[in-house]
Amino acid sequence: MAKSRKTPAGRRDFLKSVVAGAATLAAPAEALPARPVAERPLHAMPLLPPLIETDPPADAEVLTLDRSGSDFMVDVMKSLGFEYVCAVAGSSFRALHESVINYGGNKSPEFITCCHEESSVAMAHGYAKIEGKPLCIFAHGTVGLQHASMAIYNAYCDRVPIYIMIGNNLDATMRDSAYGEWPHSVQDAAAMVRDYVKWDDLPISLQHFAESAVRAYKIAMTPPMAPVLLVADSELQENPIPENANLHIPKLTLTTPPQGDSGAVAEAARLLVQAENPLIVVDRYARTQAGIELLVELAETLQAPVIDQAGRMNFPTQHPLNQSNRRGAAVANADVILGLEATDFWSALNTMHDQVHRTSRPIMKSDAKLISITTGDLYTKANYQDFYRYTGVDLAMAADAEATLPSLIGETKRLITADRKRAFQDRGAKLASAHERALEQARTDASYAWDASPVSTARLCSEVWAQIKDEDWSLVSILRHFSWWPLRLWPFDKHYQYIGTQGGGGIGYNAPATVGAALANRKHGRLSVSFQDDGDLLFAPAVLWTAAHHRIPLLSVMHNNRAYHEELMHVQRMANRHSRGIDRAGIGTTFEDPHLDFAKLAQSMGVYAEGPIDNPKDLAPALKRAIAVVKRGEPALLDVVTQPR
Amino acid sequence: MKRFRAYNSAILVALVMMLIFSSTRVSVLSAAQGSKSSDVPAGNAENGKRVFTNHGCYECHGREGQGSTMTGPRIAPDPVPFEVFARYLRKPTGEMPPYTAQVVPEQDLADIYAFLRSRPHPPAAKTNPLLK
Repeated sequence: MAKSRKTPAGRRDFLKSVVAGAATLAAPAEALPARPVAERPLHAMPLLPPLIETDPPADAEVLTLDRSGSDFMVDVMKSLGFEYVCAVAGSSFRALHESVINYGGNKSPEFITCCHEESSVAMAHGYAKIEGKPLCIFAHGTVGLQHASMAIYNAYCDRVPIYIMIGNNLDATMRDSAYGEWPHSVQDAAAMVRDYVKWDDLPISLQHFAESAVRAYKIAMTPPMAPVLLVADSELQENPIPENANLHIPKLTLTTPPQGDSGAVAEAARLLVQAENPLIVVDRYARTQAGIELLVELAETLQAPVIDQAGRMNFPTQHPLNQSNRRGAAVANADVILGLEATDFWSALNTMHDQVHRTSRPIMKSDAKLISITTGDLYTKANYQDFYRYTGVDLAMAADAEATLPSLIGETKRLITADRKRAFQDRGAKLASAHERALEQARTDASYAWDASPVSTARLCSEVWAQIKDEDWSLVSILRHFSWWPLRLWPFDKHYQYIGTQGGGGIGYNAPATVGAALANRKHGRLSVSFQDDGDLLFAPAVLWTAAHHRIPLLSVMHNNRAYHEELMHVQRMANRHSRGIDRAGIGTTFEDPHLDFAKLAQSMGVYAEGPIDNPKDLAPALKRAIAVVKRGEPALLDVVTQPR
Repeated sequence: MKRFRAYNSAILVALVMMLIFSSTRVSVLSAAQGSKSSDVPAGNAENGKRVFTNHGCYECHGREGQGSTMTGPRIAPDPVPFEVFARYLRKPTGEMPPYTAQVVPEQDLADIYAFLRSRPHPPAAKTNPLLK
């Protein structure tokens, strides 16, 4: 590790010299009084004039340097293939920042200016779900990471790789109060998020950094994927690269995902082929387009229904075997149920009743056989409870489901006899008919309140579809609050057309995640579309500025129901339970008096916007105008006042 | 604000609810076709709309009673027979919170019911070009 500046005043005096030089250019030295360093309390700094030092310190001999450790760190980042680094600028990683934009040429990675660390991470979350690889995040090790923590938790729960690099001033003798470096420093920076990152490290040399950086990437990308964190100490960033350092960047070889044990795969195939009514339940299953195609092949081979819990784009929505719109019936009918990365398998098989005394009951047959294939069995922590209720299965494979499917398909095909094949065909015909009826039911359901104002979510969904159906579209938002209409009505069949939910349920994900996903889609020329909840956008709306500044094309259609509506329903439930104040649930949960004007909010940040729109007849022309803006490469937002769900 | 939401479980619960409600709706709607209008107490639809909003019914069922797969079934313009409707509101057997007589008087129920029945029937989905 470099020690060339290990005099107590090394970096501090270097900075003072720079400030002094600038001030001297601006005014005669005798016009401003010199102030001793001891008179610079942190809180008073903005009020003081620039410093002038009439006598340069004796040890301030180093004013410039050719390459610092942060340059090498950027070399490492480039070797890992990061396209972007998302960050709110911060002094604890100022050297990294400067190295990215100058030494690295601000390309691969390009610095994306964010306005909240939670947005930085959520942007990376959305990006990773489209691109299948992580973005890099820079943040202060203390206040920046604290801002980022909820978004990291979301990504952790969602098993999405995020690459977090935080600045810190570990050496107490190098901290300058003038820059807030004492409260911005921490002994163990990663401690506060260690429960929900997969791995972290504090490298103390540049070679250590290189090896840990490559290791971190590999760990993040090994299923189950998850965020990782490296501390980039400010001294390591800013010190010169030592002569004869002999630095090298290790080779990155991603780990192949683990496949299920061959004996267990054979047993699973046997159970599935012999079953009268097998069922496949999927959640965070498909990592790639190939994963979707493998699941189609397995389902068609068995003519088995698929229930998609919508954690990823897993299975074509309008495939005849997709029975997600009738999952209760499908589960109740099944005698063998295969869970593929079924994060909350228990809730696929049971119901819970939210009355005064919560009760649950199974909806599956008591003798149904359960098979699970999940990387969740390979990696579980204790504190945060994102592992869901325990499900007693008959066959458990601690393996990556997508990686296991080729062998499961092969084994299944090997076991199918002519008799079974005929039975499968009969089953498939019935399922296709049920799928068609469910689709017709969804269309009928959508027709109600068609002309209502506020606009029905089904109408809004259909109006958007009419405008994007001939484009290469990518729906990048969560849909739970939107009654899942797109998944019920639109034909999804590509991996990038849907990216699931936020994982941990933390609000404030959708707006930045959709911007991040749109950033990933940009180079592919896709039309990114988001149904944006009002309450979510209010958490960190400045991500709209990031989208405008970086010319990230994204159509955001507000689902503005003027409430934290889920909370409104929760409070309503409590009021009803107590038979009191049932007309007061809106207190603390709704955005009334005044109404928010999201169009003006977006416009103030340089985003094309229209609204509020509350007449459904106004939607089509507004959508055409907004899409034209997005096709020019810019973001656009339509504020639509909507029905609650 | 409650940040944590049990997403996956809630999704499934809601969808199962939908199935339960849907089944109930289908069977009861058949019964409703044979019921007499005299079985329904007189109600004021305009006041029913106000009460429907103020009592929070719209939160789960939509402002037109159109329903949602996530929160509550469609209840307009063809609600279940009034007797079933009133009984269910007082003592729901599914996920709906109870509306006791202490907070929703009988006349309010009649008015809400009148409001629900006053909602327009949509044209058939097959005739809607955006739903093809």
